[in-house]
Amino acid sequence: MSAEAAAPDAATSDRAGWRDRITAEALIVLFAIPVIVVVGFASYAVYVQTSSTYADDVVVNNALGYGTIVAQTGEHLLLTFVAALLVVAIAVPLGVVLTRPRTRFLAPPVVGVANAGQAAPSVGLIVLAAIWFGFGFWTAVGALTVYAILPVLANTIVGLQGVDRTLVEAGRGLGMSSWSVLLRIELPLALPVIMTGVRTALVLLVGTATLATFIGAGGLGGTLQTGISLLRYPVIVWGAILVALLALLIEWLGRVLELVARPKGV
Amino acid sequence: MTVTDDPTSSSTSGSGSEISGAEIRLEEVTKTYPGQEVSAVKSLSLTIPAGEIVMFVGPSGCGKTTSLKMINRLIEPTSGTITIGGDDVRSRSADELRRTIGYVIQGGSLFPHMTVAKNIAIVPKMLGWDADRIRQRTDELLELVSLDPARYRDRYPRELSGGQQQRVGVARGLAADPPVILMDEPFGAVDPITRQRLQDELLSIQRELRKTIVCVTHDIDEAIKLGDRILILQEGAEVAQYDAPEAVLASPANDFVADFVGAGSSLKQLSLTRIAELDLSEVPTARVGEPTAEARARAQAAGHDHLIVLDDHDRPTAWPWLRQLKGETIHRGEEDLVNLDHRATLNDALDTMLTSSHGAAVVTGDRDRYLGVVWFDTVTSFMRQQQEALAEEGSGA
Repeated sequence: MSAEAAAPDAATSDRAGWRDRITAEALIVLFAIPVIVVVGFASYAVYVQTSSTYADDVVVNNALGYGTIVAQTGEHLLLTFVAALLVVAIAVPLGVVLTRPRTRFLAPPVVGVANAGQAAPSVGLIVLAAIWFGFGFWTAVGALTVYAILPVLANTIVGLQGVDRTLVEAGRGLGMSSWSVLLRIELPLALPVIMTGVRTALVLLVGTATLATFIGAGGLGGTLQTGISLLRYPVIVWGAILVALLALLIEWLGRVLELVARPKGV
Repeated sequence: MTVTDDPTSSSTSGSGSEISGAEIRLEEVTKTYPGQEVSAVKSLSLTIPAGEIVMFVGPSGCGKTTSLKMINRLIEPTSGTITIGGDDVRSRSADELRRTIGYVIQGGSLFPHMTVAKNIAIVPKMLGWDADRIRQRTDELLELVSLDPARYRDRYPRELSGGQQQRVGVARGLAADPPVILMDEPFGAVDPITRQRLQDELLSIQRELRKTIVCVTHDIDEAIKLGDRILILQEGAEVAQYDAPEAVLASPANDFVADFVGAGSSLKQLSLTRIAELDLSEVPTARVGEPTAEARARAQAAGHDHLIVLDDHDRPTAWPWLRQLKGETIHRGEEDLVNLDHRATLNDALDTMLTSSHGAAVVTGDRDRYLGVVWFDTVTSFMRQQQEALAEEGSGA
């Protein structure tokens, strides 16, 4: 057995494994985003505390006050996460079904529909949904979900298709049921690709949730809308900055999730 | 020429261990894929005796892999019956059946997100073994395939070399101690030296376990080396010949077989003759930890300028020249000593000698115990004798 004893040693491989799991670029993004977000929010806090130009403008004070911003951020995040959960709950099982041998033929039409969902203008989708189902939180969540299904669905399908067929056959050959092969081999191996889809969906959602305010579902879009309709530049600018910071934060969270969810050894 | 029952050239005879394998019978087995007129496998009937290694060999597309996969029902036959130990393979669910049949695939096909131990434990876990028993079994199997459990147990497949992955693949196939093991081109993905070593190890494991092993290969030399019997298949899994390797080489059933095995070529004898048939030479040995001076004196007294270092288990670890010996006591040596199992063929021996600085190879027996040394000259003079014997036989008849 001596010839192969020169293989990498266990002691060094752990650190090496961590290192080549993330690229230098990903590492920079991972550390830079929190810094930008913290600096951004700090600037907002400083602005609210010190700005005197609009000190007597009730509109600005209300729209950018802690109370409003915190409440709207909460609503925004709730919309994003509930929709994301629904997206995962729908798209992953759907992706699984669409890669099974017996139902594989359904993949093109379903992916087509999901494509259409994403191609439709998001404002249109949300307003249409409101006309159908009325205003409110769940309508917004529903429209957002439809809008963000595609990346997760597509990545689930691609991820599962990317699993080496010989591994699936090896699992079956060892006596694992098809269900067990799916849960213990295919899904874990497809997880990195699926998580990339989830991150894309999260970023889409956090951006699109800005529109939820039009159908009375809250979110940071409210501040922007106030700023635009009442022509208050600080409100528009800060509203936009805060939405962007939130999107960055969600992007960061998605990257962390991707990293954490990656199975060891892959 | 008749087939002699040479105890050294049939891998299961001459061994004390009991047969733990089961007989496999294929009766009129046919597989026709939908939409294809020609059957991939056409009424194949075959008996694979318990405890033997049977090699399925033939050109690509001859149906050998299909035939193999029908045994564990990865492919369902269109018609015909397959029994293992007398039981129809369809008498229980395919998943249950497969847990009682070892399955080893090219390159090992290890699951990359599971550690070595978890990969091996897959079938025992499904069979509901408790954690202690699984851990014990995993370590035992790693020992069996010559991997140090403490070192390799918790590694991930990508941290192993190709040969090591393949070893773990074999261990995984053996995990639940199945009577029957199916191998699909098991050593196709590794380099020739590693392949030879893995083949030797498989033979050594088989001497101990005596399973029924069915192995698909496209490499006739591998088939000759490993097989107790060789099944040579033509298009449509038609049996061209099913016989012991010696018989296939000596009297090929038809032109197809003759072409395929390249019979008649005396060089084929190289893959047929085992090291065990040669006289091994004695070389001075020394134990790890022994005082260097004593060992040196002993070797010089015997008139040699080299010695072989053995560890506590009689396993050779190095083959230094005396001038290379340093330090107070003998140590294992850094050198990467390529050993040769005594079941290896002369072909393997010549390969190994090419990489040795001594122009010879160290021969080991069961569990890698040192047996002796085979020199290049020994091999060539053996071949010459063989040829002379054949020539005499030819002129006499």
